[in-house]
Amino acid sequence: MKTPVYLDYQATTPTDPRVVEAMAPYWFEKPGNPHSRTHAFGWEAEEAVETARANIAKVIGADPKEIIFTSGATESNNMAIKGAAEFYGTDKKHIITVVTEHKCVLDSCRHLSEQGFDITYLGVEEDGLLDLQKLKDALRDDTMMVSVMHANNEIGVIQDIKAIGAICREAGVKFHTDAAQSFGKIAIDVNDMNVDVMSISSHKIYGPMGVGALYVRRKPRMRVRPIISGGGQERGMRSGTLPTPLLVGFGKAAELALAEMAAEDKRLTQMRDKIIHTIQDKIPHVFLNGHATKRLAGNINLSFAYVEGESLMMAIKDLAVSSGSACTSASLEPSYVLRALGLSDDMAHTSIRLGIGRFTTDEEVDFAIETILANVEKLREMSPLWEMVQEGVDLSTVQWAEH
Amino acid sequence: MAYSDKVMDHYSNPRNVGSLNKADSHVGTGMVGAPACGDVMKLQIQVSDTGVIEDAKFKTFGCGSAIASSSLATEMLKGKTLDQATEIKNSDIAEELALPPVKIHCSVLAEDAIKAAIDDYKSKQGA
Repeated sequence: MKTPVYLDYQATTPTDPRVVEAMAPYWFEKPGNPHSRTHAFGWEAEEAVETARANIAKVIGADPKEIIFTSGATESNNMAIKGAAEFYGTDKKHIITVVTEHKCVLDSCRHLSEQGFDITYLGVEEDGLLDLQKLKDALRDDTMMVSVMHANNEIGVIQDIKAIGAICREAGVKFHTDAAQSFGKIAIDVNDMNVDVMSISSHKIYGPMGVGALYVRRKPRMRVRPIISGGGQERGMRSGTLPTPLLVGFGKAAELALAEMAAEDKRLTQMRDKIIHTIQDKIPHVFLNGHATKRLAGNINLSFAYVEGESLMMAIKDLAVSSGSACTSASLEPSYVLRALGLSDDMAHTSIRLGIGRFTTDEEVDFAIETILANVEKLREMSPLWEMVQEGVDLSTVQWAEH
Repeated sequence: MAYSDKVMDHYSNPRNVGSLNKADSHVGTGMVGAPACGDVMKLQIQVSDTGVIEDAKFKTFGCGSAIASSSLATEMLKGKTLDQATEIKNSDIAEELALPPVKIHCSVLAEDAIKAAIDDYKSKQGA
């Protein structure tokens, strides 16, 4: 086993060797531009791209014509929200989203609010789930779109997209979902779920970085104004030469994800629950952030009370994990997602995210558990807060000198 | 973030972790910071009748730089008189550990903890 052990699968996933192999011929031996109509190289590339499109559509029960390729989920989210706002925004200027969305959704909404749109940011419950009644109550006559992510990148919580889709369809409101974390990992059917527009990423499903897709419904028709102007590729919605090798890889990754989804979900769920339960059984005051079962099989987000997150990250440097606290980026602000769950700053500061995936082994899981247990105990021995708790001091009654 | 070798050394092998009896009249205790800010430092000194710091211990909840700053502070304190200890500045700690700008506050916290421990000791002696 090599260290550090990669446990950051929500950040990105290693490209599957089978994907790399599928991509290989499209760099040199098959160099065509898929938009070239005058020779065999172009036709060959176009065929490869359309195969990829079909493989991606199949994962979500869509028609291949409904898949628009982009540079990644960030662009897809920008396009879905800003592009829809440009089209429908003349008379409908209200958008509903959720405080735990990815930054690119929130920032797209913030951009629109500067353009005269009214944005409702719904809070979430303690388990990270959206209260559907709050969504219903927030709908207005001028609501243009509801944007709710499928699975959260930090806490892995899976929203009830089917129920949200039904509410939106009934209200005649367009429904966008950011499925960057869920596409290819859990079953999705855009028709059953009444999704109008969906953002998809390649590098979260063992495909290459730098490519993604936007599902745009045809019936009833969802309109999105392009945010990139040019040659009118992708049904006029997204100009720019399609990157054939990346799309071949993305398509292969989608094909593998669909074929292996059930087995992988089962295997990762067992690993996830083993990590959570073993750690919680062995040491006290460890809290799971986000719903225990309505979460991605590959996501574990734990808060270790009385231990500071960044020093824990340093102590477990053999594990490549992500901190729930953004301290390392020098902003000293705890994660806004964890804050949205109602976590106090100190608990948000002590959280780490472990992301497991296709190439995570049982040996790595055991190593991760042992490493975390040993270091949390060591850091607690060094923690004045832990000492005070052992002495029976209620920390909430202490007058701290905030700095 | 890339830490200096000195921070890593103090973090991996912290000196003088532990607690002294805070009820002892020869012991001064300083506790600074707040959990919500991500740093709490407890620093204790044991002072001889001649005013020399014989022992120093710390416990710190905080990042690697905070742990290293408090570890170094205890090393610096040992053997110093109270007057000499008062002279320790955060810049001494920051320079020794080569702290990056965003971690200077850790050394400031360590200086605050030293001063708080000395004040606590003096108030005990005065009482």
